Amino acid sequence: MLKILKYSFYDLMRSRWSYVYFLFYLALGFVLLFLNNDLSKAVITLMNVIIVLVPLISTIFGVMYFYNSKEFTELLLAQPLKRTSIFLGQYFGVAGSLTMSLVLGLGLPFVLYGLFKSDAIWDFSLLLITGAFLTLIFTALAFNIAISNENKIKGFGYAVLLWLFLAVIYDGLFLLSLILLEEYPLDSFSLVATMLNPIDLSRTLILLKLDISALLGYTGAVFKSFFGTNLGLMISISMLLLWTILPIWRLAYKSKRKDF
Amino acid sequence: MNKLRLSLSVLIFLMGTALWAEIIEVCAACDVKSIKDGIVLASDHDTLLIKRGTYKEFNIVIDKPLTLLGEEFPVIDGEDKGEIITIISDNVTVDGLFIINVGTSYTKDFAAIRVVKSKNFLIQNVVLEKLFFGIYLEKSQDGRVFHNNIIGDAVEEFNSGNGIQLWYCRNIEIEQNIVQHVRDGIYLEFSDDVIIKNNTSSNNVRYGLHFMFSNNDIYEGNTFENNGAGVAVMFSKKIKMLNNSFKKNWGTASFGLLLKEINDAEISGNSFEENTIGMNIEGSNRITYANNEFIRNGWAIKVRGACYTNSFVNNNFLYNSFDISYNSKLNDNVFEKNYWSDYTGYDLDKDGIGDVPYRPVKLFSYIVNRTPETIVLLRSLFMDIIDFSEKVSPVFTPDNLLDAMPLMKKSE
Repeated sequence: MLKILKYSFYDLMRSRWSYVYFLFYLALGFVLLFLNNDLSKAVITLMNVIIVLVPLISTIFGVMYFYNSKEFTELLLAQPLKRTSIFLGQYFGVAGSLTMSLVLGLGLPFVLYGLFKSDAIWDFSLLLITGAFLTLIFTALAFNIAISNENKIKGFGYAVLLWLFLAVIYDGLFLLSLILLEEYPLDSFSLVATMLNPIDLSRTLILLKLDISALLGYTGAVFKSFFGTNLGLMISISMLLLWTILPIWRLAYKSKRKDF
Repeated sequence: MNKLRLSLSVLIFLMGTALWAEIIEVCAACDVKSIKDGIVLASDHDTLLIKRGTYKEFNIVIDKPLTLLGEEFPVIDGEDKGEIITIISDNVTVDGLFIINVGTSYTKDFAAIRVVKSKNFLIQNVVLEKLFFGIYLEKSQDGRVFHNNIIGDAVEEFNSGNGIQLWYCRNIEIEQNIVQHVRDGIYLEFSDDVIIKNNTSSNNVRYGLHFMFSNNDIYEGNTFENNGAGVAVMFSKKIKMLNNSFKKNWGTASFGLLLKEINDAEISGNSFEENTIGMNIEGSNRITYANNEFIRNGWAIKVRGACYTNSFVNNNFLYNSFDISYNSKLNDNVFEKNYWSDYTGYDLDKDGIGDVPYRPVKLFSYIVNRTPETIVLLRSLFMDIIDFSEKVSPVFTPDNLLDAMPLMKKSE
């Protein structure tokens, strides 16, 4: 598996795409810091980017990579190799290189601008951790979609739809149900609904570090007492872990049974 | 003018004491061993020089014009038995005392220093600790409360008192006091022509400053920080609030400044920083808000309704989660020439004023008003999208609520 991981990783390194991705984040980080020169403000803008762009890029890139390397996969399948190690190797290669581009691309400008001397370091590391998790989760979901759909167009369609659903539509439905059910106590409902969507979960985690004064009103108190504590943080991190492990497990399961 | 008159009268009064007043020394080794005895012995306009030491006394009634001067902060320990100093005469000065252990009662408002129906008093350089009520002014006028330090240990509202309380007073100056850990830092009820200047009121259980039915007052240059619910100004007219700083009032029902039934006030030069709600306005009319700064609040201004003919000019709104929140579709208030950090318009003619009007009320803040739980969707992509569509064509928010002349740069 490690060999395939290494191969996929270097393949991506060579293919320029991870450089483009890396340079994009690098430029973004520098421009943000150049424009407002204030670490904690830049972190807020970055949050918007991470919540929206990271899942989108991971999804598209994951699906694209899977379909593109199909012939190579078929070649590997002919070798005496375990199927799970082929697919998991590819997955970790892609996810690993994307994560590295993200962390390095964003990390470098911030470190150069004096992150270690600033008190925004915890907010920033949380930002990077959630970004990394989102990459892992959405690449895994993309691989799942690709492995279940032979048709490329369909696969792409589903992948974009998945992103659209989790990033936008889910919140719309969430909002709608909150308004429709406004007569009922909604604290635990909204807590659960937040936990079920990795994008919402990441957003809430970061928000609680940033906009606490606003969130402390009304329901915010409930959220703060949940996510603000160590237990809440542990639960949300393990929720993100679960979100990562489940698709990977399904990928391994599917890859064993798929007829090529 | 008032101030001049007051300081003149204080000056003349001090000169008077120097000329023919006696000084009576009070200490453990002196002829006069207690403050009460000193007061009995003294004749009008004498000075009681209280030397260093601890005096276990309470219910000290000052019934003639005297000066109580502490030397090196003598301690007056009330041993939680009741009120400590009660002033019932005009022209009394209390200076440099350390008063502790005021009695707590559920039927009487015991105070460390109470002034009853008196004129021309001066209370300065007094330190109060472990108190119930601190300085309680009752139906008094022309006085000055200057440079006192009040540190309480209040935990709950029902069994604690206020730092400085005014009840039916006129023409009082409250300056440079520090009030901490009491129920309401400074409380005014039915008190007119009061000047509250350069005080610091922080970490109080309820309000930093609390106004009720008090007109023509000025408060200026005060700092209110980390109080239970901020500052509340209610049912008052013609109040000036200038250059105060409202900071870090965090909590579910917390705000920097609450205005309720306030008319014809002037609020300018204040800064509101990191409060859950910067300013909460309800039933307040004809108020001018100018040159205020709202920095990183949850809501900068929350307008609850029945607010007419207010004008917001030259304010800075910087990085608030919500700038303005409205709960009705009616708007009669004017927003003009403010700086909004969320403004995305352009300025082609370079006159420093944006060419596109800014709409400070987001659809999301309207939704949050209706269903508070939706706050969990703050900063989600979906919300940004519907906020944008509302910005383009307002349906739910008042469509005449806009700043037609938003500034491109922060106003100084």
